[in-house]
Amino acid sequence: MSKRLVFFMPLVAIAAMMALFAFALLTGVNPQEMDSALEGREMPAFRLTDVNDSQRTLTEESLDGEPYLMNFWATWCPSCKFEHPYLNSLASEGVRIIGVNYKDDRELAVTWLRDYANPYDIDVFDPNGDLGFELGVTGAPETFFVDSSGIIRHRFQGPIDSALWENKLKAVYDAME
Amino acid sequence: MRWSNRLIAAGLLFISLFAVAEQETLIFDNDTLRERYLDLTQQLRCPKCENQNIAGSNSPIAEDMRNKTYELLHLGYSDDQVVSYMIDRYTEFVIYQPRLNWGTVWLWLGPVLALLLGGLMVAWLARRSGTEPPDELSDDDRSRLQTLLDKDS
Repeated sequence: MSKRLVFFMPLVAIAAMMALFAFALLTGVNPQEMDSALEGREMPAFRLTDVNDSQRTLTEESLDGEPYLMNFWATWCPSCKFEHPYLNSLASEGVRIIGVNYKDDRELAVTWLRDYANPYDIDVFDPNGDLGFELGVTGAPETFFVDSSGIIRHRFQGPIDSALWENKLKAVYDAME
Repeated sequence: MRWSNRLIAAGLLFISLFAVAEQETLIFDNDTLRERYLDLTQQLRCPKCENQNIAGSNSPIAEDMRNKTYELLHLGYSDDQVVSYMIDRYTEFVIYQPRLNWGTVWLWLGPVLALLLGGLMVAWLARRSGTEPPDELSDDDRSRLQTLLDKDS
């Protein structure tokens, strides 16, 4: 009797594997999704200039104080344009957003901020993507949630819209101290 | 060969020269560094493009990572240090060879355990079938068998 059960074991193993694969397929596990290495860590040190003033140096200490979102954007990035109006409305609601102009041209960035309004409390200019590399940024837009002690709490890839904010990201922002 | 064909062939040859030249623009202090650079860029996986290494990808982030690899090697980083530097920023997603830890140790132990379990199971089954007592024939069966044998002869 138990001998027959042993012969069923490969079948059981295959059924278990199929269940696992079905779970991955049906729940939409995304193999391209990559966790952030930076969550739970401190904002890395950097030394860059202000988008609007090439003489003004900005460092990680320039951002300290209250919680903020650090938004990586660029004029070459279409989803950033899509996201921009929503960032403006978030800023008007009092959300503090730090902008990092990523691998872009200073003049184009200044024009963009003049034409589409500027939601950013501080404008960091990162033409070579150095700060981006430190933070493991792979493209724009990408947004980091940083608390008042400079610890990165969450990283979001892609454009933020009202549904995403209301359903998921607002809770992350509100939880930060 | 017609002239037009020759012209096309010459043109293609000319273009291929540039294709090679583009790869050769990096200048290394020595050949060991070049070898290590080529090796590392083959090993590191591009975070933006599924299953392409950074050597084979044209995405901007792969280019950044190649540049960083070049820079770190010339700063005297060891291969392991370069890989750790990338993992610190881009997670273990960027390496193909998983690192040994409590979560991944099963990748090595799993096959060994499966083989062991299979071996044990085969041994057990073999032993069981070996020791199974032969079926006892009842008296009825014996007489039937005898009749059959007698009939045959």
